Amino acid sequence: MNEIFMITPLLIISGGILLSLIVEMFYKKSEIILPWLSIAIFISAAYYSLLTAYREGVVFNSMLAVGGLVHIFYFIFNFGAAIVVLLSIDHIKKVGIYFGEFYILMQSAVLGMMFLSGAKDLVMVFIGLEQMSVCFYILTGFNRKRSSSNEAALKYFLLGAFASGFVVYGMALIYGAVGSLSIPSVSFYLINQSPSIIFIVGLLLFIIGFSFKIAAVPFHMWVPDVYQGAPTTVTAFMSTGGKAAAFSALLVVLVPVFSNLAKNNFIPLLSVLAVITMLYGSIVAIAQIDLKRMLAYSSIAHAGYMIIGLAAGNQNGVTGIVFYLAAYTFMNLGAFGVISMVEAKDNSHVDLQSYTGLAAKYPLLAAMLTIFMFALAGIPPFAGFFGKYFVFISAIEANLTWLAIIGVISSAISAYFYLRVVVVMYFKSTDSPIDVEPSYYALLGIFISALLVLVMGLFPNSIIQLISFFVG
Amino acid sequence: MLIEYLPIFLVFGFAIIFAIATVFSSTIFGPKRPTSEKLSTYESGMKPIGTTHDRVSVKYYIVAMLFIIFDLEVIFVYPWAVQFKRLYAELGISIFFSMLLFLVVFEIGFLYAYKKGGFKWD
Amino acid sequence: MIPIEFYLVLSAFMFITGVVGVLTRKNAIIVFMSIELMLNAANLSFVTFSSFLGNNIGQLFVFFVMTVAAAESAVGLAIIIALFRNKLTINIDEINVLKW
Repeated sequence: MNEIFMITPLLIISGGILLSLIVEMFYKKSEIILPWLSIAIFISAAYYSLLTAYREGVVFNSMLAVGGLVHIFYFIFNFGAAIVVLLSIDHIKKVGIYFGEFYILMQSAVLGMMFLSGAKDLVMVFIGLEQMSVCFYILTGFNRKRSSSNEAALKYFLLGAFASGFVVYGMALIYGAVGSLSIPSVSFYLINQSPSIIFIVGLLLFIIGFSFKIAAVPFHMWVPDVYQGAPTTVTAFMSTGGKAAAFSALLVVLVPVFSNLAKNNFIPLLSVLAVITMLYGSIVAIAQIDLKRMLAYSSIAHAGYMIIGLAAGNQNGVTGIVFYLAAYTFMNLGAFGVISMVEAKDNSHVDLQSYTGLAAKYPLLAAMLTIFMFALAGIPPFAGFFGKYFVFISAIEANLTWLAIIGVISSAISAYFYLRVVVVMYFKSTDSPIDVEPSYYALLGIFISALLVLVMGLFPNSIIQLISFFVG
Repeated sequence: MLIEYLPIFLVFGFAIIFAIATVFSSTIFGPKRPTSEKLSTYESGMKPIGTTHDRVSVKYYIVAMLFIIFDLEVIFVYPWAVQFKRLYAELGISIFFSMLLFLVVFEIGFLYAYKKGGFKWD
Repeated sequence: MIPIEFYLVLSAFMFITGVVGVLTRKNAIIVFMSIELMLNAANLSFVTFSSFLGNNIGQLFVFFVMTVAAAESAVGLAIIIALFRNKLTINIDEINVLKW
């Protein structure tokens, strides 16, 4: 019975999903109360996760880990999701997808993410991954009258399911080699013997499958289309929570495995993956004029920086990835929040041209977007800089200095297209700047994200200490 | 050796030649008096309705999807039912309630589909 | 007794057939069927290993894969139908509002 209490954050979300379904069933205007119910659920789960983070343990026949780093991830997912709900309230009304199910699917996706980051067994990794992905497939195609949304959903679905096939087959081979699916027994297997060829192939397939989910080059081709076609707030959620969850699962599986591999042949592989991912993302993003598409390529580049931490594989690497994921979540949420507000009813006004002279007409909005663009570019007083800094430091510690140097070069390239947005807003003028429908809920969400980005940038040390306390 | 298989090859060859010969000879030598009745699609003696590539109403897909989901979720009940006596001896009544919880969650999904008109045909 | 390699080779063959199907076919439903074939190849491996290792975790995993595949196929078919209603095609070469 004690175990039940240890998974309270999960129970809050699961109960919330059932409650929301019942509300949706019996109340005609559920779309009015469901956002607030969702926010209450997310905030209470986030709060409770932080509150009980000190109680670490493993529950349910070593299926799930609780406490510590897992709860930090729970906090990121839930808090991020609460911000996405704030951004969505007016946005989904504007683009004509004003349904209560939107929020239920979001809660369900968050539950999947939580399974993914708390997994201690490959079964849980699979269940969490699929629960999250299936919800995202539906959310991507939520605007079912628009063919771009349909198309994005189909591409996401086909490639996502394809990746799941790789993950499952990889798990089958790992199971065959180890004889068990629990992650501790996988690392125990590696202590005692050198891995068999079946194990190596299985792990490789597993990494390939997850590379699809975290959008690493060469498995990235779905990202720009899906991010562009999905409703903007869904893109915000998918690019932050979804990516953070996939990375947390990679950390959960790969770090114990790699630390027990005597001769780690995967480090060169991950390094190459990191290099091509960040360079490709940064360079191709320069050519984009659609802001959602540009942020999609930037998201690919950010995945590359995080893989550097994974390749380093030391304690600082893990800490750096967690910090980076938190920072990336809030700055990307904010950026997409501004885009979702500027976006017009018919999904236009997402190109760079529309932002011409925005600063003169809407100074506050422009200032917010500037903060997020600076943060994404990695300019010092904001959170993004320290995310990159910690990851690069971990690479240098692991004798991968060349990787850190390429990372710095890549972020210098990426500064160009982030700052271009700022330049267009402030230093170009136009006779007919676009009109923006104000949404106070969305503004609140954007403010909170900006505040978090600033706090994480100004006091990175205390947050890093907190994270590394749980990592170590 | 291979020679022992000769009868089998002979049978194969004869069967193929015979099949081809009968089909072709009947099309070449047989009488052809087509009528509209003969050319129509054979549908067990009934008057054929539409073509073979008829569209199925999209309503059918909704029922089919719901069927797939609810049919396959029951898979978890089977192992539970088979092992129930042993588990009951080991863990007591909680093993009953854990499945009940699963079914309650399941029922809420079912009720949702019902309330939203998933089972309405028209 | 049939050696374990036979099952594994069959499963690998099924998996590769699925991968090739996904990469070469144009009809969204057939692509989806190929993905299901990949999942079933994994299921076959799981059951094989489970039987040869003498523990039943693998069979349990197959249950999960099957139910998840069912949920996935329901969602996938819904997406394909929604797309078909808008575009009247499910040929993935003609689905090009967004550039690949």
